[in-house]
Amino acid sequence: MSNSMPDVALSNEEIRRYSRHLIMPEVGMAGQRRLKQGSVLLIGTGGLGSPLALYLAAAGVGHLGLVDFDVVDESNLQRQIVHGSATVGMPKIESARRRLLDLNPFIEITTYEAQITSANALDLMRPYDVIVDGTDNFPTRYLTNDAAVMLGKPNVYGSIFRFEGQATVFSPRDGGPCYRCLYPEPPPPGLVPSCAEGGVLGVLPGVIGTIQATEAIKLLTGIGETLVGRLMLYDALAMRFRELKLRRNPQCPVCGDHPTVTELIDYEQFCGILPEVSTLNNQYEITPAELAAWLARDDRPFLLDVRNPHEVAIAAIPGTDKLIPVDQLPERLHELDSSLEMVVYCRSGARSGRAVELLKSAGFRKVKNLVGGVLRWSDDVDPSVAKY
Amino acid sequence: MISVRVRYFAGHRDIVGQAEQQMALEPGATVGDLWGLLVERHPRLAGYSGRLLFAVNQEFASPATTLHDGDEVAFIPPVSGGV
Ligand SMILES: [Zn+2]
Repeated sequence: MSNSMPDVALSNEEIRRYSRHLIMPEVGMAGQRRLKQGSVLLIGTGGLGSPLALYLAAAGVGHLGLVDFDVVDESNLQRQIVHGSATVGMPKIESARRRLLDLNPFIEITTYEAQITSANALDLMRPYDVIVDGTDNFPTRYLTNDAAVMLGKPNVYGSIFRFEGQATVFSPRDGGPCYRCLYPEPPPPGLVPSCAEGGVLGVLPGVIGTIQATEAIKLLTGIGETLVGRLMLYDALAMRFRELKLRRNPQCPVCGDHPTVTELIDYEQFCGILPEVSTLNNQYEITPAELAAWLARDDRPFLLDVRNPHEVAIAAIPGTDKLIPVDQLPERLHELDSSLEMVVYCRSGARSGRAVELLKSAGFRKVKNLVGGVLRWSDDVDPSVAKY
Repeated sequence: MISVRVRYFAGHRDIVGQAEQQMALEPGATVGDLWGLLVERHPRLAGYSGRLLFAVNQEFASPATTLHDGDEVAFIPPVSGGV
């Protein structure tokens, strides 16, 4: 990222490969050599990470680091285009590494089959010039932000939901804000729906991920005007881009004039997430096998579905008594009888978990969450119910 | 009264039920007043209080920013999705 000519050379094969870059004076030999000398750490090889990895590899970024601990699932392939049917079941980093080295064997790829944590984040990021955030949860976003600020590295940010996306470059060392300048406090857990709960248009991460890839290339080559200090908002349905000028917050706890957060913290706790309990932890949970047995008896419980109506057409548990989307539950409690034994379900158990909490706080005592939802029902009880 | 255009993004659209709307406010109303009014109308927005970005005419704004007739106000909630 310096202005001097990098000392790495391009072979004749590389010159042929990158000729469409080289003939543009803005890139030229100097820019292409900067890309080759450059390194980018991709946190996540999913929706955003797929187009990012493909384009950065194709462009000739010399060293890509991939961090992911997930394996390729069929339901990823609607948008995670670095993976394929042949690599379903394989660790994502390995699936991505194979595809990327096929696309460009002249680059180096380092894979980390790990979750990024407060313990490893600084070491993971330190060797790289640019950090790219393609994760899907708030704790990791705050962790990535704080670690990048502490190391003085630019953090190319993107996020997606349904038909909308956001992108920017967080780089306080270049005068711009960091993520905490915009959102000092995380939202309460469960408030902001994830893509797994809310869905995402498959092509959307393509649009946002390629914007991130563009910014990473500009940062490495030093050309153009980056998104530092600007938030791009994209609406696929309206097909409209908007831009919002951002400001660094001098009181920011991480990048402000007098930072109070100077080392990485426990981000799960910061985001209010309690450690997961592996087995049934209380009277308010039930497994699919237990529910199936109970539904067959005369004292069967009332079965409440809290998904959205269009999900019922995809899959449902036979014997469902009522559908109330979780978002409507607060206003529709009067439709339910708190004296009945009740089991609540959704796709994965996340929304129904929130619904059970809400029902408990409204005085319902005989209410249980179906752990694992429709997904686990399909695994444990009835495989003819589709997983989605 | 003044009239402002309010734009919603991501999870807010589900709660409010629309992507944008025109709203009438008392002269001198601030961004914070407008947000307070919306939370009253849509209580499920309350969880986002203190955890969203405000923009007026595509510039970063604060709850104290005074609104003027014809302003465009955007409320931008945090979005975590990426996979
Ligand atoms: Zn900051």
